[in-house]
Amino acid sequence: MSQTILIEEVFQSLEHVMDPEIPVLSVVDLGMITGVDVEGEGVRIRMIPTFAACPAVSYIQQNIRKTVEQELGIAVTVEIDKEAHWHSNRMTEAAKEKLKNFGIAPPQVIEGEMRAEIMLETPCPHCGSEQTYLRSPFGSTLCRAIHYCRSCGQVFEQFKPLE
Amino acid sequence: MNNAALTDLIIKMADDELIQGHRNSEWTGLGPVMEEDIAFSSMAQDKIGHAWALYRILHENLGGQDPDHFAFIRKEKAFKCSHLVEMPNGSYDFSLMRHFLFDHAETVRYESLRESSFEPFQQLSRKFKGELKYHTLHANAFIMQLSQANEESYARMQSALNDTIALAAGIFEPSAEYEEELMVAGVYPGEAALYHRWLDRIYPVLVKASLNLPEMSTVTPVYGGRKGFHTAYLEPLLKEMGEVFNLDTEANW
Repeated sequence: MSQTILIEEVFQSLEHVMDPEIPVLSVVDLGMITGVDVEGEGVRIRMIPTFAACPAVSYIQQNIRKTVEQELGIAVTVEIDKEAHWHSNRMTEAAKEKLKNFGIAPPQVIEGEMRAEIMLETPCPHCGSEQTYLRSPFGSTLCRAIHYCRSCGQVFEQFKPLE
Repeated sequence: MNNAALTDLIIKMADDELIQGHRNSEWTGLGPVMEEDIAFSSMAQDKIGHAWALYRILHENLGGQDPDHFAFIRKEKAFKCSHLVEMPNGSYDFSLMRHFLFDHAETVRYESLRESSFEPFQQLSRKFKGELKYHTLHANAFIMQLSQANEESYARMQSALNDTIALAAGIFEPSAEYEEELMVAGVYPGEAALYHRWLDRIYPVLVKASLNLPEMSTVTPVYGGRKGFHTAYLEPLLKEMGEVFNLDTEANW
């Protein structure tokens, strides 16, 4: 089997590994995978956590190893990549769409320095209105903020922009 | 570069994060409104994550102990946190003011590590930057709101600032032994430089909130924590924090 095909297959398999806190997004959607290398008979996958204190990191690491091992029948090692750091621009456009359909507003694209003002008037994932305000930059998990929509009267969560 | 100097600096930074993180977590379930409860709980998690990342550097790069053992089994004397973070939460005004002063101090410190000659610091600096923005955003918003709400809230914020400033200045206690060496080696710019950057950062927010920063030349920073001399509040905190871990130190969670 050629290495390129194998790497492609690993990525397809990784699309089946979901984030435990946002079950509609895979580790690939979130931009958590920083590299896949073929090593001897197996593969080495490098990944990065979203937040430094993300409690799910070792759980995700395990899920990646189990899923890819089972689906492709090869040996897998999963390492935390210390060179790279996660930022919300790593999330794919497809991921942002899935997030919105799941009821969580996606992060705004950060250009240059992150300014808190970009979080104002975050479009409501339920009705699309921009008549919203930021209630708290902290939410039910480290990666979420809480907003309120004046148009539909609902509180909603956002995956917050992180530089 | 001398490992002892780096180790000393990292322990100070990590212990501040761990103990401040623990204090933040004590607001879980007790915050005045639900958003605040969640905010302090989230910040607690971030701080403890920062401490963990630093203890990991000690473990992996400098031959230190396993992070959990280092955090939970050390004697009180071996901790190097500042007195500011040891203080009990007290009232909400004190907690908010400490949060404001501590998080800006943390921000200038990690910003300065962006160009550190010690490579693991460069990565931490990038990683923490985005997270810390949310902490200072939260702190600044509450300092502004409470200082402008009514006379009582303004008076309480001013007195919280008066009571906390000497403790906060104590974050920047220099090391007689290692400071010079760390600066020469380009690890970080040193405590005095960070102290001045911190003042430049908090001053404009305080002015906007109409709060008066005490004349700093008359403030005596509260030192001692960095040398292992602590307030009476640290020992009971460590006992409580390590209670579950110490039931079975070899258990695998």
